[in-house]
Amino acid sequence: MDLVLNEEQTMLDQTAREFIKNNSPISRMRKLRDSGDPLGYSQEMWKDMAELGWTSILFSEEDGGLGLGMAEIILVAEALGRGLAPEPFLSCVMLAGQALAKGGSPELREQWLASIIEGSKVLTVAYQEKNGRYDLTRIAAKAEKTAGGWRLNGRKVQVLDGYGADAIIVSARTSGKDGEANGVTLFLVPKDTAGMTVTRQSRVDSRNVALVTLKDVEVPASNVVGEVDKGVDLLSKVIDLATIALCAEMLGGIAVAFERTLAYLKERVQYDVIIGTFQGFKHRAARMFMELELTRSVVMAAARALDENAPNKEILVSTAKARCSDAYTHIANEAVQMLGGIGMTDEEDVGFYMKRARAAEMTFGDAAYHRDRFATLKGY
Amino acid sequence: MADLDEFRASVRSWLEANAPKALRGKAGDPMAAFSGGRKPIYPFPESKAWMEMMAERGWTIPFWPKEYGGGGHTREEARIINQEMARLQLPVPLAGFGITMIGPTLLQYGTEEQKQFYIPEIVWGKVRWCQGYSEPNAGSDLANIQTKAVIDGDDYIVNGQKVWTSYGDLGDRMFMLVRTNPNVKKQAGITFLLVDMLTKGIDVRPIKLISGSSPFCEVFFEDVRVPRKNVLGKVDGGWEVAKALLGHERTMIAGMGSRMTSDKTENPIEAAAKKYIGLSDGKIADSSIRERMAQIQMDESCFALTVQRNSDNMKAGHNPGPESSIFKIYGTELNQRRQELLLNIFGPECLGWEGEGFEKDELELCRTWLRSRGNTIEGGTSEIQLNIIAKRVLGLPD
Repeated sequence: MDLVLNEEQTMLDQTAREFIKNNSPISRMRKLRDSGDPLGYSQEMWKDMAELGWTSILFSEEDGGLGLGMAEIILVAEALGRGLAPEPFLSCVMLAGQALAKGGSPELREQWLASIIEGSKVLTVAYQEKNGRYDLTRIAAKAEKTAGGWRLNGRKVQVLDGYGADAIIVSARTSGKDGEANGVTLFLVPKDTAGMTVTRQSRVDSRNVALVTLKDVEVPASNVVGEVDKGVDLLSKVIDLATIALCAEMLGGIAVAFERTLAYLKERVQYDVIIGTFQGFKHRAARMFMELELTRSVVMAAARALDENAPNKEILVSTAKARCSDAYTHIANEAVQMLGGIGMTDEEDVGFYMKRARAAEMTFGDAAYHRDRFATLKGY
Repeated sequence: MADLDEFRASVRSWLEANAPKALRGKAGDPMAAFSGGRKPIYPFPESKAWMEMMAERGWTIPFWPKEYGGGGHTREEARIINQEMARLQLPVPLAGFGITMIGPTLLQYGTEEQKQFYIPEIVWGKVRWCQGYSEPNAGSDLANIQTKAVIDGDDYIVNGQKVWTSYGDLGDRMFMLVRTNPNVKKQAGITFLLVDMLTKGIDVRPIKLISGSSPFCEVFFEDVRVPRKNVLGKVDGGWEVAKALLGHERTMIAGMGSRMTSDKTENPIEAAAKKYIGLSDGKIADSSIRERMAQIQMDESCFALTVQRNSDNMKAGHNPGPESSIFKIYGTELNQRRQELLLNIFGPECLGWEGEGFEKDELELCRTWLRSRGNTIEGGTSEIQLNIIAKRVLGLPD
């Protein structure tokens, strides 16, 4: 495993950064928020990103993708994170797309993957429930067997890009008790299925998240994604991949929050001097830089470990997510503090990064959750 | 690639056949490395033979040029030799500042005569080098050194004092910074001198530390005659040489990192926690200690990965990135945090200073912890390192 970009990766990295710089400055995200756009992202922009090949990176050539890996995904995700681009990369490509690619029947893959890759349909996974924290097994949603399939009842919260989604893959308990890994199944529920209501929730980071209520929702047996009762296994694998994509997004945000702070330290004058001459700021800026460098190394390593199916891949995923969570919140807090009153204004951009830092921290497990998982994986 | 595989196979079979059996498995012991010198201290009876058989092949420093006694190997081959030694858990045959600091600097700045004279004796472990940089008024502000060297015929006459000289009492030669011109900008009047410690007028006094040990010395110079041909680099050009030497030191620290990651032995923190705290339902019974353990191990891994990223970048032909500037500060702080976590894991048993009622590990931890407090002071304090990052990497103004 080499922690260095090859020629193709360097090109992808540069193209992605350029594209985001030119087409998705923070002002775009700000406008989506201020206009109260219920979708929260731009369908046209998503199609453009799909045309650049970003949606196809991770899918096999058989499924119509490029057959590349996480080492490439993180380059695109980092660029998205730099501009806080709210397009449904995580929900559609990393969660629903990977759940289908890894567990979907040939029919489901045939039916949905092409439109995911084209950027014409948006899918997501509803795995989170109120008070479930980060535990994928604490699921109150239920599925009962019917003559031709399953009947779903339950309520999912903060479903990423759930509002307006063309289909939602829902986790529900088919057997066993709350908290047991066995007995959870994933079901694909197309939009407008009778009994499913999707309500937009409003969150601090302005992203599209939705409340999904299922009342006697009937789905055919062919809509089961993966094996009955084995949904947590599939979901865990998919979430590990998505976690590293999210980590890369966080890395991009960390880098920008840091760059903005550094620029401010070099321009702001107080007591007739540039405030960046003060050692109280210099040392903190240097520590932020150290955090950033360590974070970049572990995100690259975790992506490569997943690609190589290395025995320590889960350990590295947890290491990366814990570090990204701590580093993003730390650097965003420092950014707001060092920008002073300006940092507290809505007009200044760093506040957006601080808000996103918290939302990202609490997606797929915060630092404490991943330290616990790390210790368990290490056998202590 | 096939050539390297063949090379690896030949190194492996040679080591299997020849490396002293008694030294296998000793790599983890920090006291296992032999440092050479006129007053040699062999950590094990086999250490002498081990060093000599390796020196014979140029493998004490495999990538140094053959004409000076090195192995003449590529970096890649040297790495293989290292990995194969690590496979048998063999200690390095020879360690010390000769290899890590002054040797590479001599190869870079030395005259042909100097290289012919000094390099082979390093390769063969015949002399031990010590470093004469810091002075009572030149710690963080190193360029402020006052030890004077004045020309007298073919010699310099050196007067002054060095401090914090690691193993000055065991050193045979010292590389030192002296002031040769007091009338210019501080950095521009410094010369880099190579001095034999047996020269008349040198007085070495060990300093006792809070840990009770004396790894450092004060070294006093009174009318010490040093031949002018012992200048390394240009007269008044010593600052450049001094900085180059620190660069080699950093590369060495990076190398240590990659050696650490290949070590598969049980993590000492985990072993200690299981012994002193124990498990409950398969988890370390103290949940706050357990979380700190995970935090430290994660940070160790992120650090090792950053060292690796730096070396992979250089292997790929890129310039060393800014990430290398964090190695000293992060590595030393990490070690201090590790020691402090161990204190909390050992509990009251970590307080033992000597004698009855304490185990060997407990007594050692107490001293190691105290010693580790110096890590963020020596070799450029953390505060200085942060200043350097702020200025050189981040471009923040003075």
